[in-house]
Amino acid sequence: MPEAVIRTVGLGKSYLTAAGSFPALKDVDLSIASGEFVAIMGPSGSGKSTFMNLLGCLDTPSSGDYFLVGRNVAHLARDELAALRNRCIGFVFQGFNLLPRMSLEDNVALPLVYAGCRREERRQRARRELARVGLADYAGARPNQISGGQQQRVAIARALVNSPQLILADEPTGNLDSHTSAEIMGLFADLNRQGISIVLVTHESDIAACAARQVRFRDGLLVSDEPTGKATAC
Amino acid sequence: MLKAMLGEAWQAMGANRLRSGLTMLGMVIGVGSVVLMLAIGQGAQYSVAQTISTMGSNLYIVISGSTSAGGLRSGSGGGPTLTIGDAEAIAELDGVANVAPVQQGTQQLVHGPNNWSATVVGTTPPYLDARAWTLQSGYPFSDSDVRAATRVALIGQTAADNLFPNEDPLGKTLRIRQSPFVIIGVLARKGQNLDGRDQDDTLLIPLTTAQRKVFGNPFPGSVRMIMVQATSAEAMPAVEASMVALLRQRHRLREGQDNDFYLRNLAAAADSAAETTRVMSLLLGAIASVSLLVGGIGIMNIMLVSVTERTREIGIRMAIGARQRDILAQFLFEALMISVAGCLIGLLIGVGGALLTNALTDMVIVISGTSVLVAFAVAAGIGIFFGYYPAHRAAALDPIEALRHQ
Repeated sequence: MPEAVIRTVGLGKSYLTAAGSFPALKDVDLSIASGEFVAIMGPSGSGKSTFMNLLGCLDTPSSGDYFLVGRNVAHLARDELAALRNRCIGFVFQGFNLLPRMSLEDNVALPLVYAGCRREERRQRARRELARVGLADYAGARPNQISGGQQQRVAIARALVNSPQLILADEPTGNLDSHTSAEIMGLFADLNRQGISIVLVTHESDIAACAARQVRFRDGLLVSDEPTGKATAC
Repeated sequence: MLKAMLGEAWQAMGANRLRSGLTMLGMVIGVGSVVLMLAIGQGAQYSVAQTISTMGSNLYIVISGSTSAGGLRSGSGGGPTLTIGDAEAIAELDGVANVAPVQQGTQQLVHGPNNWSATVVGTTPPYLDARAWTLQSGYPFSDSDVRAATRVALIGQTAADNLFPNEDPLGKTLRIRQSPFVIIGVLARKGQNLDGRDQDDTLLIPLTTAQRKVFGNPFPGSVRMIMVQATSAEAMPAVEASMVALLRQRHRLREGQDNDFYLRNLAAAADSAAETTRVMSLLLGAIASVSLLVGGIGIMNIMLVSVTERTREIGIRMAIGARQRDILAQFLFEALMISVAGCLIGLLIGVGGALLTNALTDMVIVISGTSVLVAFAVAAGIGIFFGYYPAHRAAALDPIEALRHQ
């Protein structure tokens, strides 16, 4: 069995509310191997967003441990988590989340700025990733000059630019029509075939069907974890 | 990394030009007024220093004591207590550069159809050195002129302009109380003294001539005042002490007896004048600094708005790996850029305003490199100080909350 990209042991997260401590996530054990394509499903309030935030190193757990590429990151400081997000994880969001004032090339290169790369290297790598998602000709354009599907491609290029082991996609097709959604899912499948692990949060079952493995959450608990029977995605 | 951040700060500023411009305006006005006020204040200090230096530096004036006759007391200088011998003795003291006995008064000067009332000063050649007074033309009178009581004179610019409106006074003759005086030198222009008296409305003649031919002197050998110049400011206390001791001894004053002369120190008057202008320029600078402070608060205000508006952007940046210090640096750079750009424009306006003031009024304006540097450093400091809180707020945002922000 290949090395696990993600391994959680008894992972839990509670929030303090006026009514007292509210457990949003309880005791989750999950292991995702390198190169897997996993869909995380569940109704809103099921804890899947909390789980994604923990996987993405945007938040720290209240209990349990989280091993990212073999390293326990459950108790790291903010800036160490930022460095991990920068190097190991690529984020793709529902709302694309490109910076409107910057060109597409600069948007894609932004993680490299925080990684401390030189200007010329940033340019080259940003252009390479734009070409990989089929938008090489749009390097100088602004996000508002291209379509939603294209914006999501740019966001994927940005997620890829630092060569992460893991891509976390949070409802990446939620703002797209079904045709464009299929295109984006195809792109994810391509990347998965190139060996990148992908974890996708969605509540649409046809989107989740692209993944090789589906994990379901309900009321903060992991309730099911089963393969979809697909050897290769989509 | 630094270049990329500066570039981004520049972009962010350009994204909302009107707002950046208005924020900058606060700094422009602040820096501009500080530079202008400092220029005016330092100009005033400079002109006072100029005036003080025309009076002569490190000077003491020894004035003879008053007399009392039948209950009527003369003012200081009325008694015959100081003598030429005193002046000669003082000249022998250590630390004394120049000694000039002085007998002066106002006299009517006559030349042809013109007449003019001016201060006539009877003195000896060291007077010119003590007061750092040069000649515009001609030559000064000498010790032998003083010994022989010759009727020669050095004329000041104002007196010359009024007595000799259209001619060169050098070599001409004027009369004081029917006595003819030959003008052998014309004094360089000095301007006003601290009291506002015109120092050029004067005529210098040998002391002996003044006493015998002009003022008359009921006490031969006495003199009303002696001007004493010390070699340096540091030597002044020692000179003062030895001068007082010498005069008391020469005048045979017993212990406990009051001095029969007065000692005035021009440095004290000069110091107080300089102090006054210094305080004034400080005050001007302080008032102008308030507007700089207001400009800084404006920057803080706008940066806080900007942080709130860009919460989502901050969340995105954090998600893709910006550390807290990256976010802090980004917003600090923006604040710094606004304040420094405003400062540069303010400097131009301040310097321009100072030059304009100089051109339109006769105020003296001094723009020193130090004041420009200080204004610049203060503006940068304000950018960092007032930019820090908003930047810190941005850096402390929770990435999840920030990402969720609409």
